[in-house]
Amino acid sequence: MPFACIFVPDFLVQAIVRAEPELRSNAVAVLEGKPPLEKIVAANEEARNEGVYPGITKLQAELCDSVTLHDRSELQELAAHRALLDCAQSFSPRVEDVAPDTLLLDLCGLEKLFGSSPKIAREISHRASEMGLETNVAVASTLEAALLAAHGFSGVTVVPEGKEPEILCSLPIEVLLANETDSENAEEFLETLQRWGIRKFRDLAALPEVELSERLGQRGLELQKKTCGLSSRTLVPADFPMVFEEAIELEYPLVLLEPLAFVLNRMLEQLCARLEARALAVQELHLELGLETGHQVSHPVSPQNGETRVGQPAVSVESEKTGGIFERTIHLPIPLLDPKTFLKLLQLDLKAHPPGAPVTKIVLRIEPAKPRAAQNGLFQPSSPEPEKLELTLARICSVVGEGRAGSPQLLDTHRREAFEMKHFTPSAQKNGNSSTPKDLVTALRIFRPAIAVRVDHQNGRPSHISATKQKQISGEVLWSAGPWRSTGDWWEHDSWIRDEWDIALRGQAGIALYRLVHDVVEGKWMLEGEYD
Amino acid sequence: MSSVPCNTGNDAAPFFPARFQDVQEKRASVLKHIARSEHLAEVRPASRLEVRPRPEMLSTGIPELDVLTGGIPHGCLTEIHGPASSGKTSVLLATIAAATRREETCVLVDASDSFDPASGQAAGIDFGKLLWVRCGDFGTSSSVVRRSSSAYDHKANDQQQTTNDDNKTRFQKNSEHRLEQVLKTTDLILQSGGFGLVVLDLAGISEKFVRRIPLASWFRFQRTVEHTKTALLVITEFPCAQTCAAVAVKLDMNKEGCPTLVSPIFGETGWEDSQHHSEPAHVQLLENMRVKAEIVRSRLERKPAQSVKTNFTSRTVRAG
Repeated sequence: MPFACIFVPDFLVQAIVRAEPELRSNAVAVLEGKPPLEKIVAANEEARNEGVYPGITKLQAELCDSVTLHDRSELQELAAHRALLDCAQSFSPRVEDVAPDTLLLDLCGLEKLFGSSPKIAREISHRASEMGLETNVAVASTLEAALLAAHGFSGVTVVPEGKEPEILCSLPIEVLLANETDSENAEEFLETLQRWGIRKFRDLAALPEVELSERLGQRGLELQKKTCGLSSRTLVPADFPMVFEEAIELEYPLVLLEPLAFVLNRMLEQLCARLEARALAVQELHLELGLETGHQVSHPVSPQNGETRVGQPAVSVESEKTGGIFERTIHLPIPLLDPKTFLKLLQLDLKAHPPGAPVTKIVLRIEPAKPRAAQNGLFQPSSPEPEKLELTLARICSVVGEGRAGSPQLLDTHRREAFEMKHFTPSAQKNGNSSTPKDLVTALRIFRPAIAVRVDHQNGRPSHISATKQKQISGEVLWSAGPWRSTGDWWEHDSWIRDEWDIALRGQAGIALYRLVHDVVEGKWMLEGEYD
Repeated sequence: MSSVPCNTGNDAAPFFPARFQDVQEKRASVLKHIARSEHLAEVRPASRLEVRPRPEMLSTGIPELDVLTGGIPHGCLTEIHGPASSGKTSVLLATIAAATRREETCVLVDASDSFDPASGQAAGIDFGKLLWVRCGDFGTSSSVVRRSSSAYDHKANDQQQTTNDDNKTRFQKNSEHRLEQVLKTTDLILQSGGFGLVVLDLAGISEKFVRRIPLASWFRFQRTVEHTKTALLVITEFPCAQTCAAVAVKLDMNKEGCPTLVSPIFGETGWEDSQHHSEPAHVQLLENMRVKAEIVRSRLERKPAQSVKTNFTSRTVRAG
């Protein structure tokens, strides 16, 4: 029964580098603690080569100019751990969460799906790399052998069955105690073994069992069995909740939209890689921005150069406003998985609704859904691609205004202009209004807003009309029909009573047919529209 | 005895004809070279040029208009223009309804925000297939429409002193802004692709503003929809797309007894007849409108289009 172990070396550093890939080639060390007692808790290989090791103080580390010091971020560590879980669960449903940087997988039965064990190990390493984590992956027939090999050897390691002692014997004895939960006891053991001159696994394996148990007890025998790759436990798989969330705490507040877009792009790419690993798509995007305190909501667009700003420092005295959280949610009509589309949608949304203050923290959460499965017909008329359509709609809304592009939906009332705009999603299903009408319908062009007119009467009929603002509509009424009275909502406060007339008007541009309306409640005459 | 030099024909001959001969020799050599050229066979005489395949036509839903124009061509710009109450919006709704019945996705870019959903439903439009873009909401945007000339600006500045002129200026800005939105939106929609019918409803916008739309914009629209399955239809009160329109149709109210009024006493009459009747207004009903359509331009025919006319009738919703 093969097992795989995924281990992320320098996990604290990699969690930060994953969120800030430009640091990948740099020497990075992670700080923890309250000033001035900050200490280095993790450093990558480049930083260690520069002499920055875990345990030294910030002041000591600052002597090395080439080392980038970064505060520890639990949010980013959590996101990295979730990404690691997604990576593991994209291969096997039986995953044990040993530590934030270590996972164990049961590979039993996966050969038919992914191929041989070495191939699976390479695939796991490749997928983890796509998610921004450089990992050590080891495959062995026992849990302990896989765990020790992943901690001891870098890259991909495959330990054939029966050859565990030969392969593991060269590992240093520190690897054996790296995963011990009782750190004080482990240090004591390590000190004892080092006093005995035991440096490698092979040295411990060579010790006689009886004498070892007399001096170190059952614990010593367990450790000796581990050096040979013999497992003393079984895999404990867990069911992890699917949380697709990326978060980042910024060291410096972001004021402009453009740098914010760079950060969002990275987060979206990571989230999409995680979703892709689980064969899921995005149904809803939830953006949460932590805003800097002491700033007020200000004009979102810089008038000089047209740069869109997410916020500007306060210029007035009454600038003390509590820093809050700015939230935006984008619901997609169909599940999509394209980070570029999401980024553009977020950019357009933030441009239309700027946060109003510098951003210090970004949390991006995704509601997953099953990907869209559609089969187009050979003779079906083409329709816009959903990804392009969403972007186009967002762009159109940025031009004409929010809620001014969509599908009209008539409401169940006789009140005029009773309709609502719905999000446009072309559906394959026909609605009930697709029957062929018998005749060509005379359309009415609505004036929005209605044109207020002054009406002269003769024998109870409109005889002359003059618009107060649009002089070209004024003229003699050639013919009129009506009135047709309609009322409604009399049980509400906003009841309405109106008389409608159809009139022919001789204006400056010629003869035209209009609908004239008398609002009985308000006593106003209006031209509601033009028959065309 | 002095001899006077005279310019005889023999003397002059070597001067001018020598150049003529050179030219003729060169021409002959060029013609020989062309005749020997292998590429000559590839050059096709104008008389044997292939006829461009006729585009797929989209029905307008009005049989009379389909017979007149053949429909609205895919991959081309079609212009329908006519004054107020000429029936252009009725044709527009009928065309969209016909397209949505064929499950085509349609867009209506409404410059003056005048689309009546109730009329649309009566015409049989499937709203699930219609994207309605309502222009007119003010915002900041860079200018796409050609600005008015400086002389016009000067004139406008002088007129801003009175309140009425303030209204005019506001109206101008409003119209310009609407047109900017129309052009930007149309660009976005055409670039996105996949729509079966894109309608630009510019009726309700003043002629002087519609004419400010640069010809380059119409060319761009025409080039964008070319070789696609998208039909671009422009509805205006005045012709504006000029040579970019593959088909241009002019609509007008048929003055011969239009509109028809139904009266229980006098039956069907025209309004001019009804003026002389003393019948109460509430017993009269606007039954239908008679529309006259004339094809004024068609690039789809090899020969220049002749002015062909047809008539059709639209029925009001109130008449049932």
